[in-house]
Amino acid sequence: MTAATATGLLAQIHAGAVTAVEVARFYLDRAEKLGRLNALVNLDPEAVLAQAKAVDEKRKAGQPLGPLAGIPVAIKDVLCVEGEPTTCGSRMLKNFRPPYDATVIAKLKAADAVLFGKANMDEFAMGSSTENSAYGPTRNPWDEDRIPGGSSGGSAAAVAADLAPLSLGTDTGGSIRQPAGLCGVVGLKPTYGRVSRYGLIAFASSLDQVGPFAHDLADTALLLKVLSGRDPHDSTSVDTPVPDYSATLDTPPKTLRVGLVREFFGDGLDPEIEAAIREAVRVYEAAGATVKEVSLPHSKYGIPAYYVVATAECSSNLARYDGTIYGHRAEDFSPKYPGEEGLPPLVRMMMASRAEGFGAEVKRRIMLGTFALSAGYADQYYNQALKVRRLIRNDFDAAFKEVDVLLGPTSPTPAFKLGEKTSDPLSMYLSDIYTITANLAGIPGLSVPCGLTKSGLPIGMQLLAPAFAEETLLRTARVFERATDWHTRRPALV
Amino acid sequence: MDYTIVIGLEVHVQLLTESKMFSSCGTEFGLPPNTQTDPVSLGLPGTLPVMNRKAFELALKTAVALGAEITRFTKWDRKNYYYPDLPKNYQISQYDLPFSTGGWLDIPAHKDGPGGRCRLTRVHLEEDTGKLIHAAGGFSEVDLNRAGIPLLEIVGEPEIRSPEDARSCLEELRLTLRYLGVSDCEMQEGSLRCDANVNLHIDVDGKTVATPIVEIKNLNSFSAVERALKYEAERQFAKWKEDGKTIKDAPKTTRGWDDEARVTKPQREKETAADYRYFPEPDLVPVVVDDAWLERVRASIGELPGQRRKRFETEYGLSPYDANVLVEQGQDVADYYDAVAKATGEYKTASNWVQQDVLRAAKERKIGLAEFPIKPDALADLINRVSRKELNTNQGREVLAKMIETGEPVEKVIAEGGYGMVSDRGAIAAAVEAALAANPKAIDDLKGGKKKPEAVKGFLRGQVMKQTGGKADPALVGELLDVKLAELAQ
Repeated sequence: MTAATATGLLAQIHAGAVTAVEVARFYLDRAEKLGRLNALVNLDPEAVLAQAKAVDEKRKAGQPLGPLAGIPVAIKDVLCVEGEPTTCGSRMLKNFRPPYDATVIAKLKAADAVLFGKANMDEFAMGSSTENSAYGPTRNPWDEDRIPGGSSGGSAAAVAADLAPLSLGTDTGGSIRQPAGLCGVVGLKPTYGRVSRYGLIAFASSLDQVGPFAHDLADTALLLKVLSGRDPHDSTSVDTPVPDYSATLDTPPKTLRVGLVREFFGDGLDPEIEAAIREAVRVYEAAGATVKEVSLPHSKYGIPAYYVVATAECSSNLARYDGTIYGHRAEDFSPKYPGEEGLPPLVRMMMASRAEGFGAEVKRRIMLGTFALSAGYADQYYNQALKVRRLIRNDFDAAFKEVDVLLGPTSPTPAFKLGEKTSDPLSMYLSDIYTITANLAGIPGLSVPCGLTKSGLPIGMQLLAPAFAEETLLRTARVFERATDWHTRRPALV
Repeated sequence: MDYTIVIGLEVHVQLLTESKMFSSCGTEFGLPPNTQTDPVSLGLPGTLPVMNRKAFELALKTAVALGAEITRFTKWDRKNYYYPDLPKNYQISQYDLPFSTGGWLDIPAHKDGPGGRCRLTRVHLEEDTGKLIHAAGGFSEVDLNRAGIPLLEIVGEPEIRSPEDARSCLEELRLTLRYLGVSDCEMQEGSLRCDANVNLHIDVDGKTVATPIVEIKNLNSFSAVERALKYEAERQFAKWKEDGKTIKDAPKTTRGWDDEARVTKPQREKETAADYRYFPEPDLVPVVVDDAWLERVRASIGELPGQRRKRFETEYGLSPYDANVLVEQGQDVADYYDAVAKATGEYKTASNWVQQDVLRAAKERKIGLAEFPIKPDALADLINRVSRKELNTNQGREVLAKMIETGEPVEKVIAEGGYGMVSDRGAIAAAVEAALAANPKAIDDLKGGKKKPEAVKGFLRGQVMKQTGGKADPALVGELLDVKLAELAQ
């Protein structure tokens, strides 16, 4: 057999042309051969085959099959799978096996999907290159000297390299869309509240959202439907009907008013990317779209506001990893620095455990967030950032009065080299400049492949829509997908 | 030199809910460590809190009953600090928008003072922490059964002016919360916990000097609260005489009450002021309390202790003292009395029976009135028999005692004991004659003025009762004795 989309595989499985076990074996084989990409961590072939076998037996017994029956789905290592290692790419949680399933995992299991290992990621989802992982970096399947983006780099690379037809990622500031763009696959960040966060190990609670990676929009629609819906375990999940995204995907939207965000075409945008986006605009115009320029005047404050809100929340969310109940516990916590002799052993144990367990980027963000929430500074930073969030949301509200979707580049540059930005956090942070505002506003965003650079690196186009307009997003993107073949391109892997 | 003691109480009360504040985990007390837990209350990575509406409603009910202002749009905040009994290393609490502000509690008059009003600063809701058990070998063990139990924090204004009032205030709060059915308020089990902030206002040459504020912790009983505050007032006064330090010279400190040694001891202070880095809890949505909800809660509040005292005074004509005795001992006592009073119409008499006979018997048996073998209607039946003069009061008491002892119904106890009041005028007159004949010395004493008429009459009444086996109608005995003694005096 050959790699295919989930939709294609489902047809074959239902027709009896292949079994779920054959599909699983095929992808396990690929994953083993392409282990050098370091996209998947903690892949247990026996567990994969057992799930596939269960699907085949169900089919044989004539029982109804779930919508993802037999389809391997790689899971970002930030999502809890009962009894399976769930490490967040951190030394801190290297021994953590959750006693419960995240809601999205329970939904995948109910849909008869085959959980296909854990995908590598930046530690605790903090990063834009998947270099901040205790497992080492993931490589971009299109150029193995380059990063796949992040933090869901393993999930994006897994789909791009056909290690699994589908995967789950999480997006706090662009962590689905940016790696999707850099790896030439589709990645969707749903509206905040569309998909349950229960069992997603939190980075920044008010921004995190789980979403799908796939090769094309049909697969994306299929997986999004399975993931979506109100969850009684997540108070921030919203009770809004979940449309049948697949059923309406091929129906072009009634109106096709496309907005180009002026602020997303400024300094720092790679000319090849800009050219690809301009070409995409022409595709839409040819399809009858009206295109106009709009402005999101406060988007320039997006990065600073994000790095206050996200780090503040992370400083609190990650507090529980102190070696007491959760997280790595240091063996040696004897006083090492002047002043530590006076500290109680418990405090020294917590300090040493956190010092050993967390990587540099996580520590940097915890410190930033702790500072931002400190007495005397909270008004200046945290409360100010919340105001900026409101202004950014207002900007989007105003823009969506004039247009149905906003279109622009997913990230300013194509995939950069491994190690290129690791010593320059600020330039790393800027690779999320176009994606971050959607998280601050809570709206959905989609990245679809829209070109390749001269050197053969994927280019992503980002579409943004109002809250809960995922259907619009998918249908609008489908107009482009039907007119182009970027989604069929695959990296030449040997 | 004179001083006033200034006390502000901060009370934590566990709400009586089946499940925890933010998860469906059980809340039963006294189970083995860490058995009342679930992924959420353990703070497992990836879990999320979901508000228990029932707990919020109990909190609302409490605040409404305390006359507090209800915040219509309230939110949750995270209070961040590292401690092993706090599995997430933050506590979900309320910071700048507590669900209620203001309110008050009226302290009833008590033996040491007239009581008075204590105003409240705020009432907010939060999740309880776990518990550390200090085990052998210097180890501490963490029990998270308690973690996540809904906890109401009630902060009083520093308006209490005596340790006795502080105790009464707590007792009245407990009574009120029990009436509301929102908490069992057991200090021993930790479902009611109290810290007290205290300092002195000392009168020095017409000017008031305030001593540094001390927060007293580890107050494990109502009497400990009173004792600790008395001790602390004396300690602060002595300390002030020694070093003259005032509130301006020293920051607030924390002291723990040692109930065995009967002293407060300094507790370890944090080197730096606590910075809890509060921020809005992003995993929860704000709570909107609309009119309909508030009305439903208001309607669910029954009669409160203060209202009941007043009703006992106005409806039943009881003295404030009697009304308080019946109310302050708990809802079961007041309910019991209420039922007996209604069924007899003899309000004062019913109060005497309940206070003297019923409560004493229940106390002896160490049971509550819910388990008391004589139900209110049975007691009312007995009281009615006494009013109908089928029994005199002393017989009634004996009958009640036997009923409690044997569990037999009233008819059987009366029949078997041969109780019954003799109201036959002729028979009693004969007994009076016999008593006079048998005690000529008493008559001589009366005539000779050696003894007062009341004393002689009392003695002779006893003799008559003895002759009639205690069955004579005491009123009739008195009447006939009066006639006879008047004759003799002439």
